[in-house]
Amino acid sequence: MEKRVTFGRWTIGILFAVPQLILIFTFFYWPAGQAVYWSLTLQQPWGGGNIWVGLDNFRSILANADYWNSITASMIFAGISTGLAMVIALVLAALTDRQLAGSSLYRVVLIWPYGIAAPALALAFRFILAPEAGFMAVVNKVWPGFWDPGLDGADAMASIIIAFSWKYVGYNFIFFLAAFQAIPRSLIEAAAMDGSGVIRRFWDIQFPLITPTIFFLLVINITESFQDSFGIVDIMTAGGPANATNLMVYKIYSDGFKGLDYSGAAAQSIILMLLIIALTIVQFRFIERRVHYR
Amino acid sequence: MVERTPILNFFTHLILFAGFVFCVAPFVIVAIAASHNLKDVNDVPMSLLPGSDFWVNIKTAWTTADLGPKLFNSFIMAFGVAAGKVIVSALTAFSIVYFRYPGRMLIFWLIFVTLMLPLEVRIVPTYAVVANVLDPYQTIMDLTGLSWLIQKISGVQVQLSLGLLNSYSGLILPLVATATGTFLYRQFFLTVPDELTEAARMDGAGALRFFVDILLPLSRNNMAALGTIMFLWAWNQYLWPLLITTDQSHAMAVTELKQLIPNVGGAPEWHIAMAGTLIVMLPPLIVVVLMQRWFVRGLIATEK
Repeated sequence: MEKRVTFGRWTIGILFAVPQLILIFTFFYWPAGQAVYWSLTLQQPWGGGNIWVGLDNFRSILANADYWNSITASMIFAGISTGLAMVIALVLAALTDRQLAGSSLYRVVLIWPYGIAAPALALAFRFILAPEAGFMAVVNKVWPGFWDPGLDGADAMASIIIAFSWKYVGYNFIFFLAAFQAIPRSLIEAAAMDGSGVIRRFWDIQFPLITPTIFFLLVINITESFQDSFGIVDIMTAGGPANATNLMVYKIYSDGFKGLDYSGAAAQSIILMLLIIALTIVQFRFIERRVHYR
Repeated sequence: MVERTPILNFFTHLILFAGFVFCVAPFVIVAIAASHNLKDVNDVPMSLLPGSDFWVNIKTAWTTADLGPKLFNSFIMAFGVAAGKVIVSALTAFSIVYFRYPGRMLIFWLIFVTLMLPLEVRIVPTYAVVANVLDPYQTIMDLTGLSWLIQKISGVQVQLSLGLLNSYSGLILPLVATATGTFLYRQFFLTVPDELTEAARMDGAGALRFFVDILLPLSRNNMAALGTIMFLWAWNQYLWPLLITTDQSHAMAVTELKQLIPNVGGAPEWHIAMAGTLIVMLPPLIVVVLMQRWFVRGLIATEK
């Protein structure tokens, strides 16, 4: 879509875009290019020259068992937390959309968790799920040693998944509810007149109509699980125990800033960038399809 | 709805109520834990009746983590990012929508691509840039021979250096450098009727006047939505402030939470930790509650 009426002096027009262009050049394109360059060289920490090594950084990373472990952990985390957050949100949104008494209350409250900073909710859940105090301690009292995120990798993974899903249920809920409300009432009423029940209407009318939203949220949730998990991991588990929750962004951070391996961290960043770009392209495919729906 | 479904309605209420509890319980538990003393908070099971030490704990958390100045820093940063976004995106969208110039589509795509790569994945090189923001320009001048030329002519060796570590601009600027808001404005500007532009031009208004006096007042809703979202987003940033602020005087409230985690071997001071969590949670929660309409609208609009 284009404007018919525009302003003539295009030099002024470019001036309006200059602040943004300077910002994205300095803080986006330059660093992104730098990351590519670093990933192809062996970089000394704190300056002091570099050696061209081609794809060696990528080779050594891909040969590293720790890195594959980190990818596996990220995938498990992304898969389970996205699944949980989306299914719970879908159910809650579908039920809220029935607009029984009190549904406006749910519409207000269910969004709250999304406003909370990941590290803050992580600290809250660290307490709630702590093995010696808090609420899992009750379970531990009945079955001693049942739950200990500090020692057991699976428990630690479960903790960060719970914390992340809690936040993103609210986010998904907003989008699902908006999608449900965009469905014309007359469509659903017509189906009800024809004698279909609530469940039937959900599967045959509402669900197919919100599939674009589902695909969209799927991609957003997975991408967010790569980025937004950093605060949760750092506060709750610090990547442990035994690297069980060493997710990709956390590993980039700890290799780059704690291990001072700039080249290795840059190579990991590039791989993560490619992954996210691939996901974004998939997403645009679906967005295009959504436009065709209408 | 159209039919009577008492059983289904019952389950609807039941499930929704469970969801409500699921969402609210952590807030309540944090608040209750923040009101206990050291012994009570570590009781198994912890009593769900509030204790009496709430204000004492809040005070202890406040002083331990030095939250006063940290909250102030967080506010500056969140406001800075929100204001920067609201202004810079409006300018850019205006340029893209209301002008025809060569390379306009290139600029559009250059900005669009920034949506794809979040700060978290290019964190290491961005850190290097902020350590000396003029480094990109220095390198370009070196590579193009410009600095050699300047040295030949004027005898001055070009050494551009400006470090932004531990500064508000270093915290804020990289977070402003994404496209999120630009597209929100673009969508809106495209819906503004052309007749308005024509009328303004006929009355002799130039581009700047039209932008300031007509377009911006019309986009108030968009600004509120974008501002709310960006305020929350910036407030909740963690990794970036953690790296940039090595100096305590610029630390953020959210990064300070780490100081409050009870360390292994020490006294499990969960009541203090939860009091601190509550303080840090509160400002964004208040923003969400008060600005709910803008928040929801902004969320849905920025992602499309």
